[in-house]
Amino acid sequence: MKQSNKNVKIFFGILILLLFVILLENISAFIPGLPMVFDPMSPLFTVLKKAAVYSLVAVSMNLLNGFTGLFSLGQAGFMLLGAYTYAILTVPSNMKDQVYYLFGGCAFKFSFVDLFGMIFGSTGVGGAVSMILGCLLAMILAGCVAGFFAFLIGFPVLRLKSDYLAIATLGFAEILRAIFQWQRLGPVTNGANMIKGFPTFSSFNITAPSGAVILRLSTFVPFLITSICVLIIVLLINSSYGRAFKSIRDDEIAAEAMGIALFKHKMLSFVISSFFAGIGGALFAMYVANAQAKAFTSTMTYEILLIVVIGGIGSVSGSILATFLYVACSEWWLRFLDSELYIGSFKVPLLRNGFRMVVFSIVIMVIVLFFSQGIMGSREIDFSGLFKKKTPIKERKQDQ
Amino acid sequence: MEKTAETLALHIENVTMQFGGVVSVNDLTLDVPQNKIIALIGPNGAGKTTAFNCITGVYQPTNGLIEFMGKPIVRNHPSGRTLKTYKGENAGKYAGESVLSPTPDEITALGIARTFQNIRLWKSMTVFENVLIAKHMRADQNVFSAIFRGNAAEEKRMRDETMELLREQGLDAYKDELATSLPYGLQRRLEIARALATDPKLLLLDEPAAGMNPQETLELADFVREIRDKYKLTVFLIEHHMDLVMNISDYIYVIDFGSEIARGVPEEIQSNERVIEAYLGVSEAE
Repeated sequence: MKQSNKNVKIFFGILILLLFVILLENISAFIPGLPMVFDPMSPLFTVLKKAAVYSLVAVSMNLLNGFTGLFSLGQAGFMLLGAYTYAILTVPSNMKDQVYYLFGGCAFKFSFVDLFGMIFGSTGVGGAVSMILGCLLAMILAGCVAGFFAFLIGFPVLRLKSDYLAIATLGFAEILRAIFQWQRLGPVTNGANMIKGFPTFSSFNITAPSGAVILRLSTFVPFLITSICVLIIVLLINSSYGRAFKSIRDDEIAAEAMGIALFKHKMLSFVISSFFAGIGGALFAMYVANAQAKAFTSTMTYEILLIVVIGGIGSVSGSILATFLYVACSEWWLRFLDSELYIGSFKVPLLRNGFRMVVFSIVIMVIVLFFSQGIMGSREIDFSGLFKKKTPIKERKQDQ
Repeated sequence: MEKTAETLALHIENVTMQFGGVVSVNDLTLDVPQNKIIALIGPNGAGKTTAFNCITGVYQPTNGLIEFMGKPIVRNHPSGRTLKTYKGENAGKYAGESVLSPTPDEITALGIARTFQNIRLWKSMTVFENVLIAKHMRADQNVFSAIFRGNAAEEKRMRDETMELLREQGLDAYKDELATSLPYGLQRRLEIARALATDPKLLLLDEPAAGMNPQETLELADFVREIRDKYKLTVFLIEHHMDLVMNISDYIYVIDFGSEIARGVPEEIQSNERVIEAYLGVSEAE
């Protein structure tokens, strides 16, 4: 069948991408004298890691805003829930007192990594297995917690339409941020202080007992998790349920009249989107190596919304492409605008700290003004033309 | 005509729909027997579409009962504040009974499908997808089986049935076109095809001939009869086109200002003075 063929191609595409990421990450160790870009400390890898994390969140937001037509701005709130759940459940038990020193230890005395460590051992290969399993379980739970909260607030909130839904979800995210900084909840959330010490991306690097890195996997891990999650979202979008979501976006009244239970499907989309936002939040915590409520501001939601709009509302590949471009611009390519530059004795005007944001904002305004459909509109990048032999038009028609 | 309980597809009893102080539908009582084509006509603003919206669950009627295939599906009575402002009749008739107010999708699941006066196709989707989505409701699947393709057989069945339906409706040549790129007449036909995809027993058509030329209208009449016979449907339609209504209806109800003013077979309606008055206005000399 054509569809399964396509899925196999997508699967191999992702596999090749992941292998390429591993290669890219480790190439500097094998071939000395490569440009600085390939150095593990170069901004390239920061960008790749952050973009991998953000693209998952952007795609999950697109599922809700672009494919179901629910204008929700609660993404940062669900990320926060995911980040905290992951962090609380994976901080090693012996670190807990140190992290929670202001509150006399954590309310959750255990850590998933340690629990698995009891089974598989905490050193060597056993330690690696227990860390992977512990992190995986914590990450899935992070998604579940975010999804569960989405389910709870979905009851009142999903009865609202468009702008009102946006305001309600935004408010929810802000309330969460305030609650998580509440000192009374200190034994759980560590109050306004950050939680740290849990496994991050670099914990997944394979190291020799001496501490020297044998194989870097710190960029590979976010890519792997994001790929799996995005794949699931794409499968959902292309399924019967995905089509039902799109019908709700196009015309709610017609969808309902054709037997699609509006509330159930909106809730489904909201919970699934939040589930992946939660996993995205866990990844974000791993990326910045701490969990802190202060980081999950509404600005973060806007940033992701911007990415979705730039990429094209209703296009998964557009969201991913836009994330990489956006993150690369903000973290790397436009950095030179922030430092003063002399050519000979001539000082290039305007270049100074903060100028990057000016240029960046103008670029975004231009995109929004002149490409209101975003980079991809609602189309998807299609690589199938690269692999396929040309088939006569007649055959192609029958194929579909 | 016979009106025993077994043969009725739809039975509407004392349905009143009041918006604030405006009574859109007033004490409407009518019967739609199975496998017949019944028309509801009336001048603009008579409350025809409101009546449809009450049947399909878009509105909850203020008072009255609607039965489908002999089972009550919608029932309401005015209470509290509504009762104080209620202007209709039979306010107490259903007072003791439970309120039934299903949502539109529940009504569709029971087997009542509809089309819209101003075509409501899903604009960003192809002809094929438009019909395929209508199959979603009856598919045996859940979200996990759908994501991980455990419903492959079900999905294939949905696609095959959709293709079959499009072929029967003569739309298969356009299946990959955007629904909105079709000519107007075909968009109407696609909307009916989409409604048929939900496996209805009763089809409600809201002004199916609106915007059609005489030739298309004539074809539509044959088409409606054809689908009635083929899918063993009951058709209940709202229409302005007198030619079409007189041509295809087995029985006609006429309403004006929300209330019934006449009922009968086409010949009776054509010569009914109140109907002519309602449509052409009363001359001042009389």
